[in-house]
Amino acid sequence: MNIMVDKGAEDLKNEIMLEKQNLIAVVTPLILLLIWEFMARRHLIDVRLFSSPSRIFKTFVPLILSGEIIYHTLVSIKRILLGFLVGSLPAVVLGIIMGLIPAVRAALMPLVSIIFPIPKLAIMPLILIVFGLGEASKIFTIAIGVFFLVLINTMAGVMNIEPIYIDVAKSFGAKPWQIYITVAIPGALPMIFAGFKLGMATALLLIVAAELSAAKAGVGWMIWRAYDMFDIERMFCALLVLAFLGYVFSYALEFLEKIAIPWKNR
Amino acid sequence: MLPEEIIKIEGLKKTFKNKNTTLVALEDINLSVIDGEFLCIVGPSGCGKTTLLRILAGLEKQTEGKIYINSKRRTGLITSMVFQGESLFPWMSVLENVEYGLKLKGVEPKERRQKAMEFLDKMGLTKFAKYYPHQISGGMKQRVNVARAFVSDPEILLMDEPFGALDEQNRLILQQELLKIWEGSEKTTIFITHSIDEALFLGDRIVVMTAHPGRIKAVLKVDIERPREILKLRTFSRYNELYRNIWELLEEEVKKAEKNRGGHKNV
Repeated sequence: MNIMVDKGAEDLKNEIMLEKQNLIAVVTPLILLLIWEFMARRHLIDVRLFSSPSRIFKTFVPLILSGEIIYHTLVSIKRILLGFLVGSLPAVVLGIIMGLIPAVRAALMPLVSIIFPIPKLAIMPLILIVFGLGEASKIFTIAIGVFFLVLINTMAGVMNIEPIYIDVAKSFGAKPWQIYITVAIPGALPMIFAGFKLGMATALLLIVAAELSAAKAGVGWMIWRAYDMFDIERMFCALLVLAFLGYVFSYALEFLEKIAIPWKNR
Repeated sequence: MLPEEIIKIEGLKKTFKNKNTTLVALEDINLSVIDGEFLCIVGPSGCGKTTLLRILAGLEKQTEGKIYINSKRRTGLITSMVFQGESLFPWMSVLENVEYGLKLKGVEPKERRQKAMEFLDKMGLTKFAKYYPHQISGGMKQRVNVARAFVSDPEILLMDEPFGALDEQNRLILQQELLKIWEGSEKTTIFITHSIDEALFLGDRIVVMTAHPGRIKAVLKVDIERPREILKLRTFSRYNELYRNIWELLEEEVKKAEKNRGGHKNV
């Protein structure tokens, strides 16, 4: 009963291919940066508008050393994480209930279908009026964007669970709450995580918009501030931070997914 | 109800309603199951065998008729079911799958682990306790399924073609293993199969069902002594006689089922 297959020639070939791809993945952006720098130095592009890698770097280092950009990053991270939690936790709970109970689904689905397609940015003014200019409005803007994505994915995840698993649970005498915990949640986890990932992407999008209005700190605020001051280098620095945040968050979610879904081995 | 009976089914009927059609899956089912017996049900596909089992498992409700279950226990599981095909939870390890019934009942982790390991050992799966279902073969999966049903210690075991998807060799091995743990367990077992050989090897009695709608056509007693050996079995004249009997009963039904085919599969 041999289960683990030995690494064959085929695997080795794949590994070499992967290494090559990794190399390409590093080299291509470097080349693009070099072209950018070259064009900036030769005045082929307007540095006032497009800056250059070296100028951005020169601005970036003092921003880090003074702690300024780190402060703004932490402010934004706090808003993103809080908004993400406030949005996703109730979404998971409600999504599971809607997935399992047709009556609840029938009652709430029209509401969800109407609100979901509204661009969340369009609701922002309303949120500002209701929640004021403080932290709450920023967190809620992110939360509402995350909420619907996670809700719909969770519900779909539960509804797509093979009915046989629910039959098995019932045949062993599982009570409804036991079906939730042993079947519905683990069965829907892959889809729930798909919702988390979409939600996180949306959260990054919304943070910039949320920090546009009535904020005094944050990466998004930095961008708008740099726009007001026509400080292109600072703007690029903030964009770099956002790209970095996006990468870190998706990496963190993937890491969590591996821990939460050990049976999904890829 | 006679004292030796554990299940008595009277006038059972099950219909499924679609928008404008009504499908009669089971009709006029009268059957007594004797405590501790191994009862096999054979019949053409779509004859409602699975539906009957699902009703007994409480997963489906009959349209008409009564089912009496003469449970001798106050607590604990009355039935547990081994399903056809993939039914292990992919998100639980082999061990967690086997423990599942006990966990639902609130058995202490240590105790349920011990019981689960005992059955895994009987099925030769000790080494695979930590594996996930997708990491083990089809034969092993069905062993885990059988272990899961036995561990939760029901009074009645319901098995819906548990070995149907396996190849012939694995099938034979699993049938023998099943008999080994069944003998001595004193569990009433109702076992659905397509295979006459399987029914004759495993069963004390065999129920032959008609094609759609499912009715009971005949009940035959397998008067071949236990413990049975699969190789010797085929040399017994009684075995061949019974085989022929059942085949004659079934042949007509299978042909009827083929003619009716189209639309209703796996009812």
